[in-house]
Amino acid sequence: MTTTYRICPRSGLQFDTNAEKLMRWHAVAGVLSLLVGGIMALGVILTRWPAVKLLEADVFYMVLTAHGIDMLIFWIIFFEMAVLLFASSTLLRCRMATPKLGWVSFWLMAIGAIMTNVAIFQGESSVMFTSYVPMQAKWHFYLGLILFAVGALLTCFIFLGTLVVAKAEKTYEGSIPLVTFGALTACIIAIFTIASGAVILIPTLLWSLGYIREIDSLMYRTVWWALGHSSQQINVSAHVAIWYAIAAIVFGAKPMSEKVSRSAYFLYILFLQLASAHHLLSDPGLGSEWKVVNTSYFMYFAVLASMIHGMTVPGAIEQAQRLKGYNKGLFEWLRKAPWGNPAFSSMFLSLIGFGFLGGISGVMMGAEQLNMLIHNTIYVPGHFHATVVIGTTLAFMGLTYFLVPVLFKRELLFPGYAKMFPYLFGLSMYMVALVMMGAGTLGVARRHWDMAFAGSPMAYEWPGAAYLMMGLTGIFGTIACVSGGLWILQIVFSLLFGKKLEEGEMRSTPIPLTLPAPTPGGAAHPPATPGTMVLALIFLTSFILYYFVNWKYLSSLWSMA
Amino acid sequence: MSAILPPSERVWWNQPIDKLEFTWIAIALVWSLVMFAMMIWWHIFGNQNLANETYKTTKEMYAAKTQAVVDQYTVRTGDEAEKQFPIVKPPAGSDIYLIGRLWDWWPVYELEHGKTYKLHLSAMDYMHGFSLQPQNINIQVHPNYDHVIKITPNAAGIYSIVCNEYCGIGHHTMVGRMYVK
Repeated sequence: MTTTYRICPRSGLQFDTNAEKLMRWHAVAGVLSLLVGGIMALGVILTRWPAVKLLEADVFYMVLTAHGIDMLIFWIIFFEMAVLLFASSTLLRCRMATPKLGWVSFWLMAIGAIMTNVAIFQGESSVMFTSYVPMQAKWHFYLGLILFAVGALLTCFIFLGTLVVAKAEKTYEGSIPLVTFGALTACIIAIFTIASGAVILIPTLLWSLGYIREIDSLMYRTVWWALGHSSQQINVSAHVAIWYAIAAIVFGAKPMSEKVSRSAYFLYILFLQLASAHHLLSDPGLGSEWKVVNTSYFMYFAVLASMIHGMTVPGAIEQAQRLKGYNKGLFEWLRKAPWGNPAFSSMFLSLIGFGFLGGISGVMMGAEQLNMLIHNTIYVPGHFHATVVIGTTLAFMGLTYFLVPVLFKRELLFPGYAKMFPYLFGLSMYMVALVMMGAGTLGVARRHWDMAFAGSPMAYEWPGAAYLMMGLTGIFGTIACVSGGLWILQIVFSLLFGKKLEEGEMRSTPIPLTLPAPTPGGAAHPPATPGTMVLALIFLTSFILYYFVNWKYLSSLWSMA
Repeated sequence: MSAILPPSERVWWNQPIDKLEFTWIAIALVWSLVMFAMMIWWHIFGNQNLANETYKTTKEMYAAKTQAVVDQYTVRTGDEAEKQFPIVKPPAGSDIYLIGRLWDWWPVYELEHGKTYKLHLSAMDYMHGFSLQPQNINIQVHPNYDHVIKITPNAAGIYSIVCNEYCGIGHHTMVGRMYVK
């Protein structure tokens, strides 16, 4: 394959056209998975809404399985592979390594995704996203996941290969950009994740084919969560990288400190994967010492890292805005931010929601003893809709608005909807996460067709507030599904019918990155960030209060030892 | 220059850290250590800790142990609303075995409040989720593992045990009961 380079006239970015095409295909495959997952979401939400109860039990569990896998695996990982290609060949202005292998990897992922979806919709693989043994799915359910994972693994190696190419061909000077460093973190975590997935899914495939007699359920859960949870850690690294990228693109923001931000990423590499223990805190057979050390990412070092990113991203924006003269009071920099730019508003809502809703709830439920309060309740999906939907998906969706003209070379249709979308979708997801966590605090089970327990003589009567919150989940969930659906339509219509934009200059050789000479005597002292500090302290106060309220709640339970 | 470009200072490691940024890191580190200590503190001084006592077992062995307790301490047979399950009232301090199976929690125990019992949990088929309501104590139940937890109910009442681990088409009907007198 010959390599040509396109200089995007709108962003100044340089794309290797091979990589660019792959990015587009990955992004489109991701959005298609999001479409399937989104339709399934509507089925889930309308069934769990007690007043509606749309689907029959068997269909509900099938739809829920598809929703989990299409969203948590296919949508996100397809998109992340596009992010890896972007953060390597585009940001480093080099050619992509092994483009042919890139297509092999893409098609493995696509075939795998289709195969698993076929298995699910045939109806005999309603085993949920987690496919816990001894409940068995059809063999092609597992095989599809394995093929998808192998494809993703290949792209991870292509990413690493591209870093080597850039270094060898000297297309940049000094260190790789922070966003690429974040993508590298995501890639390292992805390799760990996929390897864990192989360790557990290959034996499970053999078991479903009859070659292995039994798989221990505790062993399965322990290893599977090194796939299931770690794959969400790829998301964290990737969407934090996107926060930095959007701050850089929209504001020209410079990281407050390269050392701090990169060290925080390094803490992710060292500690983030321990968190698969979060899922095992209420399991038998694992010691408390193991649980305490692992669930806390060894003394909460990964939480520390997230708290650092949570401050340095808005801090970088505050510095950039203050340098532009928005210096009045604590928050003029924030008030005068481009709230009508969907890339920015998505990113900021993603950051706040991820921290306040996803972060605080995640740490609370990840405390060994507190986990008993919410294990397997609908609190858990409440939490991860705050992290994965508000945190990751909203950031990806916001970035897509930037990619339509830059990567797809089309003018965005319905720009008015784009302005509204982050608020409509983002804030309704805030509410979904909150009311699900509320219902979960009252004990309502997740993955459960009927909270009224129809047909059970011993039926338990949930408090009225639990019904209210599940009703609200339905209402806000529907708003989120519809606004997300309109986003998909908007993107698809723009790609098909939007005005074609100018390609830009095509070249056969890349233009290497040159850096301005460092300012003599070191960089000018950047402005202080008191506004961000106030936000951070509000966050910390909410965190501490909520954390101890839950210990208080725990202390009211039966004694257990 | 910005996060999508290489750092403009080649030796970025030596760049000074902003004062507020450094303060925040220090605060966040302290809070992280407090949270870590909290879990250990609760193991020493708190009353709600999940036990580490677990045994490998088999479905047959566990069912036999449960049957023995039921045979010994059944006080009556439940009515329709109790699925006609045996109502079992073991003495304080004894081992009580609860079976999770498609789609029952079996049998129904009657306990005294303020007394301690050794509750055993295991599943006969798939995994199940022990979710005691309205207490909201939630524990994962595995087949072939016998998980032993010392429990001391602190208030009288009728408690429900909801299954909160997906276990197939009848999952939503899997509710059991526990009485505390």
